[in-house]
Amino acid sequence: MRIVFEKREAVSRSASILVPVVSFLISLVLGAILLVASGVSPLVTYAAMAKGAFGTWPVFTETLVKAIPLALAGLGVSIAFRMQFWNIGAEGQLVMGGVAAAWVALFWSGFVPPALLLPAVIVVGMVAGALWAGLPALLKAYLRVDETLTTLMLNYVAILFSQHLYHGSWRDPKGYGFPGTAPFPEAAWLPRLAGRAHLGLVFALIAAALLWFILKRTRWGFELRIIGENPTAARYLGINIARNIVLALLFSGALAGLAGVCEVTGIARRLQQGLSIGYGFTAIIVAWMAQLNPIAVPFVALLMAALLVGGDQVQIMMHLPAAVGQVLQGLILIPMLAGALFTEYRLRIVRSRPGAAPASRLEEVRP
Amino acid sequence: MIALLTSILAITVRAGTSLVYAAIGETYTERSGILNLGVEGMMLMGAATAFAVTYWTGNPWLGVAVAIAVGAVMAAMHAFLTVTMRANQVVSGLSLTLFGTGLASFLGQRLGPGGGALVGLAGAKFDPIVIPVLSRIPVLEALFRQDILTYAVYLLVPLAWFFLYKTRFGLNLRATGENPQTADAMGISVARTRYVYTILGGALAGLGGAHLSLAYTPGWAENITGGRGWIVVALVIFAMWNPARTVLGALLFGGINAVQFRLQAAGAHIPAAYLNMLPYVATIAVLVAITWWEALSKRVGAPAALGKAYMREDK
Repeated sequence: MRIVFEKREAVSRSASILVPVVSFLISLVLGAILLVASGVSPLVTYAAMAKGAFGTWPVFTETLVKAIPLALAGLGVSIAFRMQFWNIGAEGQLVMGGVAAAWVALFWSGFVPPALLLPAVIVVGMVAGALWAGLPALLKAYLRVDETLTTLMLNYVAILFSQHLYHGSWRDPKGYGFPGTAPFPEAAWLPRLAGRAHLGLVFALIAAALLWFILKRTRWGFELRIIGENPTAARYLGINIARNIVLALLFSGALAGLAGVCEVTGIARRLQQGLSIGYGFTAIIVAWMAQLNPIAVPFVALLMAALLVGGDQVQIMMHLPAAVGQVLQGLILIPMLAGALFTEYRLRIVRSRPGAAPASRLEEVRP
Repeated sequence: MIALLTSILAITVRAGTSLVYAAIGETYTERSGILNLGVEGMMLMGAATAFAVTYWTGNPWLGVAVAIAVGAVMAAMHAFLTVTMRANQVVSGLSLTLFGTGLASFLGQRLGPGGGALVGLAGAKFDPIVIPVLSRIPVLEALFRQDILTYAVYLLVPLAWFFLYKTRFGLNLRATGENPQTADAMGISVARTRYVYTILGGALAGLGGAHLSLAYTPGWAENITGGRGWIVVALVIFAMWNPARTVLGALLFGGINAVQFRLQAAGAHIPAAYLNMLPYVATIAVLVAITWWEALSKRVGAPAALGKAYMREDK
């Protein structure tokens, strides 16, 4: 008797809902073991985390502050992943968006009317993010260069470039050596809605709805889905795969760039240290946990943000390392990754007959 | 001038040791067809546990052993998820880094005396051992005033190269990464091979982390790796999946830091950022070049099945 995996005809709907829920519960149990081992009550800690992330209006707005870049970049990543383009460069695209936004905010105010400064900041920031994703897309589409590796490398180029700017040529001369540019003019500030939560929230929700509409209701969305699900069929249908990869990645990078724009114009209001704190990497996880569904992305982003903010809160209230949140983020993923198998495959127990084994073995390895 | 070269070489080799360990490990992992982006997390966990164990037992070798074991266990998790459960390798690796970074930070704040922090504590460490005679060669003397883990790397590199290219095991490993279907038909267990070399890769990443906290910058500091785990991923590509060439990559990546440090001390006006970018840009260039080359002849480049799960049941 042995267990074999059998590919399902279609992705199982019940499994795709059940797996994340069960995974979340498993991660809480695993986290509880860690907490008990370090001598604190898991229930008290989890309650403090939940309260720290959702308990009051001010902390909830902080959770939103962290959810916005995760949602925007996560949406960007999800378009690329739909086409089986493994864009792990959201971090770099986010940073380049922030850098370009800072460039416009700091140096364009002389010739752009104040009313147009913020729109210019946003557009240029999105273009910068798009171009940073467009380069590996071109390399992939026309030269078949592996995108996982190029997008990863470009993250470092972007991060080092931004550091060079705020440590060096763009550093605020009046900043007493603080690594950051001068504050942006007020015309380039992104309006805040509540606490530090800013207009980026609206952008993220619009982007989610827009992406859903594109994927479900437009011809382009149909083409993107076909390319991702069955490239051979896409080729027979006469879909231009190379062009679609580049277009989708420009879109993907623009959204990550927008996340960067929102960070610098909505929160810091200058380009400074702390723009690259891993949102772009966590966004990959957000996109994947949301199963690339644009409507699910903002909710998953909110959950991941809550773990981060909740972690900060337990540090303040219980003197536990803030890293608890990050550990839990990692812990949710492990059962989820394992469980993803069940959405695509079903387990079947096969009774093997002694005589038949060699023949069936031959059949299995058939290419 | 000689003194300058000697000191640059000494810093480069010291900084490069952890990179070479982890890069050889990742090379083996990727050769089997598994991409593990968890290197950063495994190195951090290796560094944290190596220092904690050494601090409490006074025996750095015990620290090294635990770091190796921790790296191996984390990699085994990646192997389980990606080989047995066919999980997405990118996401699994990233979650390993996320989890490892978080847990290392958590442990770093809890494993000190009285449940406190490890930061700022001093423990036993590996000191440089001066090798007689050889340490009198001009410039190259820098190679012979290193710690024991660095000397071990000098042996590991040729060994890793020989194993990969000149033994049956190495041939099976390469076959598994290039064409798992054929490897399977040849009677190689694809799953077992991938497990073994993914775990080996994790063990070496843990060892690399141990070198950081026990020899390179003895002690524990939050985020002690400073992104080295990611540099390792770049370095493996730069070296075109050849363990011997990882040394060249490590010299480039480590050397640029050393040179730049010296240039700044000498008052040169090359922005550090551009020098630091160079290895990453070079890696992209290498990647483009080998892809181009591959189109001409199918001889070099990434293991063809890198990042792809293998399941017999699929056709």
